[in-house]
Amino acid sequence: MMIPVECYYALSALLFFIGVYGFVTRRNLIAMLISIELVLNAVDINFAAFNRLLFPGLNEGFFMTLFSIGVSAAESAVAIAIILNVYRNFKSDTVDSISEMKN
Amino acid sequence: MDYGYTIFILLLPLLSFLVLGLAGMKMSHKLSGLIGTGSLALVTILSYITAFNYFTADRVNGVYQTIVPYNTTWLPLGNLNFDLGILLDPISVMMLIVISTVSLMVHIYSFGYMHGEKGFQRYYAFLSLFSMSMLGLVLATNIFQMYLFWELVGVSSYLLIGFFYPLHAAVAASKKAFIVTRFADMFFLIGILIFGFYTDSFSFSFAGDVVMGQGTTPFNPVQPGTALAVSGALIPTALVLMFIGGAGKSAMFPLHIWLPDAMEGPTPVSALIHAATMVVAGVFQIARMFPMWIEYAPDQMSIVVWIGVFTAFYAAAVACAQTDIKRVLAFSTISQIAFMMVALGVSLPSHEAGVVLDNHAQLGYMAGMFHLFTHAMFKACLFLGAGCIIHAVHSNEMALMGGLRKYMPITNATFLISCLAIAGIPFFSGFCSKDEIITACFAYSPVVGWLMTGIAAMTAFYMFRLYYGIFWGTENVEAHEHHTPHEAPSSMTIPLIVLSVITVGVGIYSTLAGFLGWGGNFGHFVSAAGSDYTIHYDMKIALTSTIIAICSICLATYIYKGEQQPIADRLYARFPRLWKAAYKRFYQDEIWQFVTHKIIFRCVSRPIAWFDRHIIDGTFNFAAWGTNEAGESLRPWQSGDVRQYAIWFLTGTVALTLILIAI
Amino acid sequence: MGNIIMFCILAVVILGSAIMCVTTKRIMRAATFLLFVLFGVAGLYFLLDYTYLGAAQIAVYAGGVTMIYVFAIQLVSKRTLQGMVENLKQSRLLAGALLSLVGLATVLMVAMKNEFIFRAAEVNDVEVPMRTIGLALVGSEKYQYVLPFEFISLFLLACIIGALVVSRKIKED
Repeated sequence: MMIPVECYYALSALLFFIGVYGFVTRRNLIAMLISIELVLNAVDINFAAFNRLLFPGLNEGFFMTLFSIGVSAAESAVAIAIILNVYRNFKSDTVDSISEMKN
Repeated sequence: MDYGYTIFILLLPLLSFLVLGLAGMKMSHKLSGLIGTGSLALVTILSYITAFNYFTADRVNGVYQTIVPYNTTWLPLGNLNFDLGILLDPISVMMLIVISTVSLMVHIYSFGYMHGEKGFQRYYAFLSLFSMSMLGLVLATNIFQMYLFWELVGVSSYLLIGFFYPLHAAVAASKKAFIVTRFADMFFLIGILIFGFYTDSFSFSFAGDVVMGQGTTPFNPVQPGTALAVSGALIPTALVLMFIGGAGKSAMFPLHIWLPDAMEGPTPVSALIHAATMVVAGVFQIARMFPMWIEYAPDQMSIVVWIGVFTAFYAAAVACAQTDIKRVLAFSTISQIAFMMVALGVSLPSHEAGVVLDNHAQLGYMAGMFHLFTHAMFKACLFLGAGCIIHAVHSNEMALMGGLRKYMPITNATFLISCLAIAGIPFFSGFCSKDEIITACFAYSPVVGWLMTGIAAMTAFYMFRLYYGIFWGTENVEAHEHHTPHEAPSSMTIPLIVLSVITVGVGIYSTLAGFLGWGGNFGHFVSAAGSDYTIHYDMKIALTSTIIAICSICLATYIYKGEQQPIADRLYARFPRLWKAAYKRFYQDEIWQFVTHKIIFRCVSRPIAWFDRHIIDGTFNFAAWGTNEAGESLRPWQSGDVRQYAIWFLTGTVALTLILIAI
Repeated sequence: MGNIIMFCILAVVILGSAIMCVTTKRIMRAATFLLFVLFGVAGLYFLLDYTYLGAAQIAVYAGGVTMIYVFAIQLVSKRTLQGMVENLKQSRLLAGALLSLVGLATVLMVAMKNEFIFRAAEVNDVEVPMRTIGLALVGSEKYQYVLPFEFISLFLLACIIGALVVSRKIKED
């Protein structure tokens, strides 16, 4: 017996908004990135569950999830590179230090 | 007969204006003067040829035909077009002769008068511009073209009065002249527009097609709307408005205030513009629209008459108390132009539906035009003579003159001839024209006739006061020891001689022709109906006016000729306030100043200016300030904080979702 | 039955780790909790019979990405590793919490309103065969993914090079 789809949906929604909360709240740049990862994972769960439970014969959701994992990895790498650069220039790892575009 | 060459009458002065205006500063004074004078001499020759051809051509039905060599549509506007063209007609040809002769004399005279002045070339350029404008005005085929050249004439006058622009008085005078005439021209324009709108044309074709002497209605009553509108008060209103415009240019009361101040310009300019040509533009306008006045607005002619009478009297009264030569002559001009206006105004036929121009109309019209001709000649001579005197004495005031007859014989003789002409002594041209005017006035109404006679007497009186004051009277010995006044150079005296010869010549011929009934008189050429009108003098009136003129001259001689003027001083002591009022021109300038400053500026202009500055500008300033403030208030949104952006982003998305769900 | 129990355990692991991840003050702990979350999500994939996906998740995410994060943390956050804490602004907390709750409510409401949730079909416990996956990844017909596959390989290459460029040390001459 399969888990009803609304459970997966609720789970992914919760995870998503926990990630959002983390992104908005945290000051450390890397912590913000980690929160983004949570968001992305929530989305992946959503795709996979919907594909498996609502559209059994088709595979779009599966491949979407696959590619999403790949893209997340790439994006993390680039973001880390940027953070390294920021650290070098501003000597700080908080998001307040990169607010030179203020006003 | 081909009149194609008449276009050069307009083109030559225009060309010389452009050449002198653009390249004048690179030329020497002499060359520029020669170019200006040369082009005008050609124009004079062409005008004489035109006149000769025109007046010796055959008349049709006893009437000189109106010839239109050129008429092009300059600005087509549907039904109503602005045309430009040349129209030849007895009065325009006569005006051609007057303008070109006087202008040529002034050009020659200016060689001597303006010798060594800075801006010599500019002066000749403006003189050419003026000549072109005035010639265009008289050759206009329609009222709108006349208005166009009217404004050009005003501009030339402004430029020339303000010629000595470093002088504050000259600048103020030129502004005053321009503003007052412009103000009057506003009414002129409204009149033109009313006229053009309702009759759907600007042309004088009513004047051309209406063959006077036969009662014809000049326009088509097929269009009922037009006929209805026109038969009402519209055309008379339009005509009266146009007359107001003419009154401004011709210095009728109360719009005369600019003319005495316009004497700040160089004297030849005063001779040309403010004596002979521009100021008669108003008279010319009425003469041109004369058939329409008679057809549509015969009652309104009385406005013209009474304004003319009052102006003549006022100007004569003020002239008796002026001490500046040019001011005396200026007021004399105002007075004489008023005579011409009155002459045109009293030319009413009997009030009938059909237009039948009988002797009344013929006489007044012809007399007015004749007086225009003769006045141009002798007034120009007077002004040029005054210029010679000013040149010799280096001042305008009569107090510094006196006893100049010893030093300046030619000027003395020509000035005397012109004074006799203006006083109305037989065998001088002024007598013929003025006598005819007075005859016409008596035919209109005895009151007007006696008033004009009285004013003629005053004219004689103050002119001879002027003459004696300059050439006789007390000599200013100390000044003459330092700097002996000498006769003017020949470039200045030749025009004087020419003009006085014309005055005397025309005078002798007309007097004899009038008394002996010869033809070939002025009325042979120019008259209201275009037909031959032989002048006969009414002996009663002629004799009366002559005797009155001689009496005035004797009075003036008695008072002013001697070394001292005891009677004048006693009169002055008796009526000091009257003299002061007359000297101050009866406070007309002050009245106008009061009206403009206290009433118009304070009650109308200032609130409007306040409104403009605070409310209209304020609205835009407020809009700008508001935009700025809005921008500034949005600025803190750019916090540079990524998390803040994320919050807003997500909030927006959630809100959008909610909205979409709700919808 | 077993599915439900497994799902509950996994759900608790995921959510608990996620909450700890975003609320902990120490960054290293956040990375560790992220690791637990990733393992949990992989477990969910296994539960959904997506074995390949679960394997990819563990390999790429739990292995690669988390290692990148750990390295980055070591390189960057010297102070935080030593136990120094960051203080959180109260208003920011409230704003974040509010936003999250509102968003959550919206999303759940959308789900409730929408009908497709309840059209769940009864499926077999069959996993997607590898052969299908492989062919789909390199096939060029409809519903086959060669284009995204090629694109993503280029994309990954670009990201690697970009990351290298951005983070290289600029030689000072």
